[in-house]
Amino acid sequence: MDDATLQLIDRAVNDQLQSTVTVLSSLLAVEDAIGYIPTEAVDAVSVRMDVTVNDVWAVATFYPNFRFDPPTDLRVEVCWGPSCHVMGATAVISAAQEALGLSDEGDTPDGKATLRYNTCLGACAHAPVMAINHHLAGRITPDNARSKISQALTSAPAH
Amino acid sequence: MTAQTESPFTDILGEARRRWENLTTGDRPWIRVGTGLAGEAAGGFEVLAAVNSALERQQVAANVSEVGTLGLCFAEPLLDVQMPNGSRVFYSQVTPELAERIVREHVAGGNPLVEHAIGYLGEPTQGPAGISNLQDHPMMALQQRIALRNAGNIDPSDLYQYIANGGYSALNKALTEMSPGDTLGEVRTSGLRGRGGAAFPAGVKWGFLAGNPDPNKYILCNCEEGDPGAFNDRGILESDPATVVEGITIAGYACNANRGYIFIRHGHNQPIDRTRAVIQQAYDLGLLGQNILGTDFSFDVEVALTGDSYVSGEETALMEAIEGKRSMPRFRPPFPAQVGVFGKPSNINNVKTLAYVPEIVARGGDWFASIGTPPDPDNRINGSSGTAILCLSGDIKYTGLIEVPLGMTLRQVLFDMAGGVPNGKSMKLLQTGGPLGGVLSASDANLDLVLDFDVFRAAGAILGSGGIIVADEDTCVVDLTRNLIAFCQYESCGKCFPCRMGMSHLLEVLERISNLEGTEEDLALMRNIGENMQAGSLCGHGQLGFNPVSSALRYFGHEFDAHIREKRHTGDCPDQVFSPRLTRR
Repeated sequence: MDDATLQLIDRAVNDQLQSTVTVLSSLLAVEDAIGYIPTEAVDAVSVRMDVTVNDVWAVATFYPNFRFDPPTDLRVEVCWGPSCHVMGATAVISAAQEALGLSDEGDTPDGKATLRYNTCLGACAHAPVMAINHHLAGRITPDNARSKISQALTSAPAH
Repeated sequence: MTAQTESPFTDILGEARRRWENLTTGDRPWIRVGTGLAGEAAGGFEVLAAVNSALERQQVAANVSEVGTLGLCFAEPLLDVQMPNGSRVFYSQVTPELAERIVREHVAGGNPLVEHAIGYLGEPTQGPAGISNLQDHPMMALQQRIALRNAGNIDPSDLYQYIANGGYSALNKALTEMSPGDTLGEVRTSGLRGRGGAAFPAGVKWGFLAGNPDPNKYILCNCEEGDPGAFNDRGILESDPATVVEGITIAGYACNANRGYIFIRHGHNQPIDRTRAVIQQAYDLGLLGQNILGTDFSFDVEVALTGDSYVSGEETALMEAIEGKRSMPRFRPPFPAQVGVFGKPSNINNVKTLAYVPEIVARGGDWFASIGTPPDPDNRINGSSGTAILCLSGDIKYTGLIEVPLGMTLRQVLFDMAGGVPNGKSMKLLQTGGPLGGVLSASDANLDLVLDFDVFRAAGAILGSGGIIVADEDTCVVDLTRNLIAFCQYESCGKCFPCRMGMSHLLEVLERISNLEGTEEDLALMRNIGENMQAGSLCGHGQLGFNPVSSALRYFGHEFDAHIREKRHTGDCPDQVFSPRLTRR
């Protein structure tokens, strides 16, 4: 791991602004800073919070928003919660899988993009909802899911 | 009045009013763009960028603010223009191109674009010709906005705008004219019941904490709004977070607590950023921190974040998450009012519950109690005072966030206000109160149900958090039930194995039935699993986890029969069953 990333981890863990600092708040800060939780971050959190690395892993593995390898450049999230389901999320998920060449959630083999299923993106009034790199888009049809993803794939920087 | 003029609040209010006046009656037009979560999903940020670049290119001077949601989510992105001394015209489903035209023709030229306007707000004499009053829109006409009084109207990140519109007069009143006991008394009188789902009287709950002599006590505000179809908590925090910050401060005063947490899911940036912004300003103005408004009351508030976990909305799991642990429920007793977060006495309220508190204190508990449904002891109805803050989504003409007096019927809400099901289809069912609330058929009897916590409970549904997902005749109930159980399976925290294993087992059976491979024995098997989950789970997730199935069987047993006996689908079920699985480790 390069020094710049280690420094980002150090800053995320040790310079939190809020007064209540916990294992979870530290992990979320690392995720915000570098997009994943490497073992170096688990070590840093265990030192900062004075708990074992096992205690830190216990928290990190409980919440499915954490990932443990570097993120790809393109993160596609599709909601499958009941509001979106009623409005046709299943077809949107199939379209997203097809556009990314995936059969389930996860990273594409070329490491360029990630598909994640989400249980609620928070804009139920505009169901079905997807998010591309955390930017919400509502009333998605299978066709515009495909076109938004292929557009994002071509404009994403080379990995 | 002497007490009030001595309060430092007078100066703050004066400054707030001066700024508000400058904004609304100065010489610049004021443009507000909805950039809450619904606004964002509809393209609100693109519209905001187009407005700013058009103003710059056309060299037009105007004030621009991001606001939360007015509640008319179907009309997002919503943009409104308030001209100096004129009325306020709202444009719906604005595109960047339209935003540019609005700047040129309305903001700079003074001519509203009548064909794109959804309505105006203000005095009828100020309404531009050809544009109707937005208050007459069916979605607005029957509303009574208490918690949502400022939503869509003020910049949620600017505490002065909240104060100029009456904010913090309640805290000032409580601190200068009322004892903590008086304040608690007003909340008791109001009959306010918790809006997180359980509908427990807030005044009674506060009383548990107020009676605890511990010097360190906590007030927790729950915005872990995982219920799909419910976005009212986030809607309030992204539109008017200050009402919640003032509410939690008043709760702290009434309960003699010294610290508050507002708990939000990580990643929902608008509610998080805007809440943090007003908390900071409240500290700067002496409305939080040591010796608030010069009194001897001190109170601190901060935002605490959680990772993705539906169960962390459960009160004891929430405490675990605030402490930074895996959000799994605790055994009770001891109850939170004795041993809560960090081992200290704590009280938890939902965002909506706390959002009502400033108005209850400002206008009196009797006023709040006069709204809603009266008690009816003969039918075990306790009475539900105040309003319901409902989120409408799914197969419904007008989706959005509305606030209506309790006591209104579902029919009034779904048909008179929200316009019914589009495309000439019929309404089949409602999914209310989150996934655990199960389903309610859209029968005449159910549509006549009044919005009341106990009436809903008696009908086998939960009014709960206020989410209503509408499904039309094409929806297959078995498929929707499978989706609800898939959600519950995915979100089970894994602590109690009857819930962890039961949800997985139920999902397996429902997938089998969805694929027309179910057997007669499957219904009894599901009931057996459900009973075990109810008996053997610590929190509502497992205890109520069979509700989606039992309510679906109650109203739509024939659709299960069609799948099992006749091997046929009962709606537009997707060819491929989709349910991601997660077992939390």
